[in-house]
Amino acid sequence: MLAATASTRRAAPRLASLPTLTTTTARTVLPTITSVTPARGLATVNDPPAPPKKTKFGGLADQDRIFQNLYGETAADLKTAQKMGDWYKTKEILLKGHDWIISEIKTSGLRGRGGAGFPSGMKWSFMNPPNWDKGTTPRYLVVNADEGEPGTCKDREIMRKDPHKLVEGCLVAGRAMNATAAYIYIRGEFYHEAAVLQRAVQEAYQAGLIGKNACGSGYDFDVFVHRGMGAYVCGEETSLIESLEGKPGKPRLKPPFPAAVGLFGCPSTVANVETVAVAPTICRRGGNWFAQFGRERNSGTKLFCISGHVNNPCTVEEEMSIPLRELIEKHCGGVRGGWDNLLAIIPGGSSTPVLPKHICDDVLMDFDALKDAQSGLGTAAVIVMDKSTDIVRAISRLSKFYKHESCGQCTPCREGSKWTYQIMNRFEKGQGRIREIDMLQELTKQVEGHTICALGEAFAWPLQGLIRHFRPELEKRMTDYAKATGGSALAGGWEWDAREKGKGVSPGM
Amino acid sequence: MASRLSTRLLLSARPRLIVAPQTRFLSSTPIRRSDALAVHRNTPENNPSIPFKFTEQNLRLVDEVLKRYPPQYKKAAVMPILDIGQRQHGFCSISVMNEVARMLEMPPMRVYEVATFYTMYNRDPVGKYHIQVCTTTPCMLCNSDAVMKAVEDKLGITQGHTTPDGVFTFSEVECLGACANAPMVQINDDYYEDLTYDSMCQLLDALAASASSEQIKLDENMWDRPIEGKDAKKPSSIPAPGPLSGRKSCENSAGLTNLTSAKWGPEVTRKDL
Repeated sequence: MLAATASTRRAAPRLASLPTLTTTTARTVLPTITSVTPARGLATVNDPPAPPKKTKFGGLADQDRIFQNLYGETAADLKTAQKMGDWYKTKEILLKGHDWIISEIKTSGLRGRGGAGFPSGMKWSFMNPPNWDKGTTPRYLVVNADEGEPGTCKDREIMRKDPHKLVEGCLVAGRAMNATAAYIYIRGEFYHEAAVLQRAVQEAYQAGLIGKNACGSGYDFDVFVHRGMGAYVCGEETSLIESLEGKPGKPRLKPPFPAAVGLFGCPSTVANVETVAVAPTICRRGGNWFAQFGRERNSGTKLFCISGHVNNPCTVEEEMSIPLRELIEKHCGGVRGGWDNLLAIIPGGSSTPVLPKHICDDVLMDFDALKDAQSGLGTAAVIVMDKSTDIVRAISRLSKFYKHESCGQCTPCREGSKWTYQIMNRFEKGQGRIREIDMLQELTKQVEGHTICALGEAFAWPLQGLIRHFRPELEKRMTDYAKATGGSALAGGWEWDAREKGKGVSPGM
Repeated sequence: MASRLSTRLLLSARPRLIVAPQTRFLSSTPIRRSDALAVHRNTPENNPSIPFKFTEQNLRLVDEVLKRYPPQYKKAAVMPILDIGQRQHGFCSISVMNEVARMLEMPPMRVYEVATFYTMYNRDPVGKYHIQVCTTTPCMLCNSDAVMKAVEDKLGITQGHTTPDGVFTFSEVECLGACANAPMVQINDDYYEDLTYDSMCQLLDALAASASSEQIKLDENMWDRPIEGKDAKKPSSIPAPGPLSGRKSCENSAGLTNLTSAKWGPEVTRKDL
């Protein structure tokens, strides 16, 4: 498709300029136009991509699932964890050095599991710039366990059932970035999860697996658990660092990036629980093993949390790039009332735009496929909505969430989240004018990219998704409201006869 | 400009005001204040003259917490220590904040900033059972409205209020991160999941019964809790935390779709390690 457009573009000016060309040039040019394989043009043409090695995804075997205790069948203690392969040859992994670990992670193609999908190997390598070993400050790995995105419940399962994977992951990832300590920032509501995790850390200390001379490798490494106290915005990396320093969690401007100036002013890297927890298994079983799952550049396995209108909601580890429909029908007993009863799906947690059924039919669950569908994989939290859903209310509830969680630092987000909430509140009932839908769209566009952290985008995108795919529904509500009340509402939610009732309505409403 | 304009408007409006009095609202929606008042107002149960001291046991815990942070960054411990204070005192009163500020050598205002920013610090007294119902979209799709209604029907209060006997406080909260088990509530530290109107009513009955029979001690040492999360100290009439539908945790309730074969162990490790 791309090549075809490019070749016609290339052909047009040449044909037009034919009369001005000398006959010899024309003779040499013409055959290239008619030839079957288009010649490379002005540097914008890509070669057609090589056919993918693998075209069918999903159906991960139990032998390849990393989180074997996902359903809590066994206890979360050290002995059981060791039986399932944790802490096996950790010393050997540590002794291989940071370059080896990072190259394994790069081979595996692991992308950050916290939502943005940044390649983890590259991110970790930022901690080791030239002359990093000349520095005298401590260096920190900060694990982001502040799981607050609506729909997401994967890190909780890791921390309460497989905590040793996370503790060992801290050690391995910490070694890769030559960190001296790891802080696990767990959200405050996860009280029992924090207790289980703390117990695992203590067990690891007692067994000499972390602490001084961790695993007998001569490397000193500490792990600390820090509980947050209920703020969604602390899931943003700089905000999390602020919070860990004992301040209100308001995001910092970047640069400087945390890899240069982070926690307590020292080089630090913030990584998601799942990213860190899969690192030891990747090192043990090899980056190539992990890379065989999923499409190219989206490799690996992933925890999917499916909630909402499915018959049996669950959390499941599956191969990346699994078709969305297969994921739901195989592991969750399908959509309530059958696939045809589906209205829409939010594929990656509340901040990714909603997808209507016709896209959900064949979309693949990975970073690139969902990005092409104008949404995102985010944290792979699938929120399913069937035809009984009040979609406007569902998205409006998200606006309320973001209004509540905005930290108040940047004006576009603080004010915008409140405005959008108020507007959505009216739209739920149809109180508004059709042109206000465009105003709302414009408002979200004004917020996007004008805030310090991504919370601005996070509340703008679901609304844009709603307008993109469900605009007729919004308009229908407005006409229904007009029918029910005898006239369409004025802009701003006034009744149509507000002026007659003597209320001061500004002109132009 | 604005003042000139408003004067003109007022002047021009004056004759009409006399004829037909009209109310002009600047905003068409009712004023919504923020969810909690950010400023402190002295009340009999919450004012700076009420003394607060950490217990011996909690002071040991505080020392242990302080060891986790670099010595020059003592203030990083403000959040865990405020939490310990809140657990000891019942809520995060101004005296708790002042005491934490004194211990950590921080200006009190820095502590107030933290205590007002995070939603889990209750700056007003809460009941013995703090019922926090999640109503964010995934729970809402699974009918968290019924759970809200159950609480309202049973307790006769709306969200943001405490029952007159001081046993229950009812709040509506944002996503608590148990979406595959929606709808859910958090009661003090425990998650109760997979709720319906009926199971929520039963849960509230059980809590009310145990509240009248036994005084539950505030949990002072969070790390002493049993690893399973099933609290053995609780009176037996209260259901164990977790899904109330018979599900164990986040698995498919109709039977496992995966993780059914034997577990793998160290044998899959690559040979060259």
